[in-house]
Amino acid sequence: MIELYLFLVFMIIAAFVATEIKDLLAAVISLGAVGFSVAIMFILVQAPDLAIVQIVVEVVTIVIFVAVIFRTTHVDETIGKKLTSSHVLSIVLYAFFALIFFIAMVRALQELPAFGNATMKVASEYIRLGLPQTGGANLVADVILDFRALDTLGEATVLFTSVIGVIALMRSVGRKK
Amino acid sequence: MKGMSLIVKTITNVMIGFIFIYGVYIILHGHLTPGGGFAGGVIIAGALVLRVLAYGSEAGAEKRSETRASIFESIGALLFVGIAIAGLMLAGVFFRNFLPKGVPLNLLSGGIIPFCNIAISFKVGAGLFSIFLSLAAVKYVMKD
Repeated sequence: MIELYLFLVFMIIAAFVATEIKDLLAAVISLGAVGFSVAIMFILVQAPDLAIVQIVVEVVTIVIFVAVIFRTTHVDETIGKKLTSSHVLSIVLYAFFALIFFIAMVRALQELPAFGNATMKVASEYIRLGLPQTGGANLVADVILDFRALDTLGEATVLFTSVIGVIALMRSVGRKK
Repeated sequence: MKGMSLIVKTITNVMIGFIFIYGVYIILHGHLTPGGGFAGGVIIAGALVLRVLAYGSEAGAEKRSETRASIFESIGALLFVGIAIAGLMLAGVFFRNFLPKGVPLNLLSGGIIPFCNIAISFKVGAGLFSIFLSLAAVKYVMKD
């Protein structure tokens, strides 16, 4: 348990560094530290499927970020500018909604079962019926590709849409000179 | 995109096959061990991205392989929906596991799950690679 909290504190520090540092390359590396901490936390709570996905997605996104930074600019020019009135307004609004969210979160967290003692109303059925009904030994694959395959189809649609969006934004045909 | 130094190219030559085979292993054993179509597809996309970064490529070639990657991605999506519709046709329910279950822990078990993994790996791998290629080709677009 204590190592999870250590990783949480480390992630919060790395996220602050990622938003506040002037060099974009260092910001991307801090972002990678956050992502790999999530992967290590998945391993610590025994979720190897999620850990593998987290690690490989993190590596590929960092490579894409670094490739883009090498082609454009290293310096984040938005940091260190003077505060204008609209900035102050947005900071005040952000603090207000953060407070509301924090109160709601504290009240919601009191309703949750203790860590490691989930209620498992649906999940126990999945665990019981996973191997006999689908024949797959990996329970995660059984759930995402058999019991809840429609959810996976929606996820695949999201990815498809994002690829279409990137290709449409970065196209060369029909672009104004 | 410009290539990298000789050291990077040599190490890429040695490693790229292993990375690719590891991705294929993760996909094909997705219903037996941790992993699956998504993770394996991203690993394969990583191998392809490594090749482009190490060896570089010209603007025309990037555009061509982007088109090819989009075709592979659409094939993966159609395969996934096709498996779902086959379940609808043959067993009456969308995404029905209509194939025989097989012996647990065998490579050919789990009905449609391994085929869904393969379809998703096509989709994810080719999709991420085409995102990377279209971002990598952007400089040439601006120059045109």
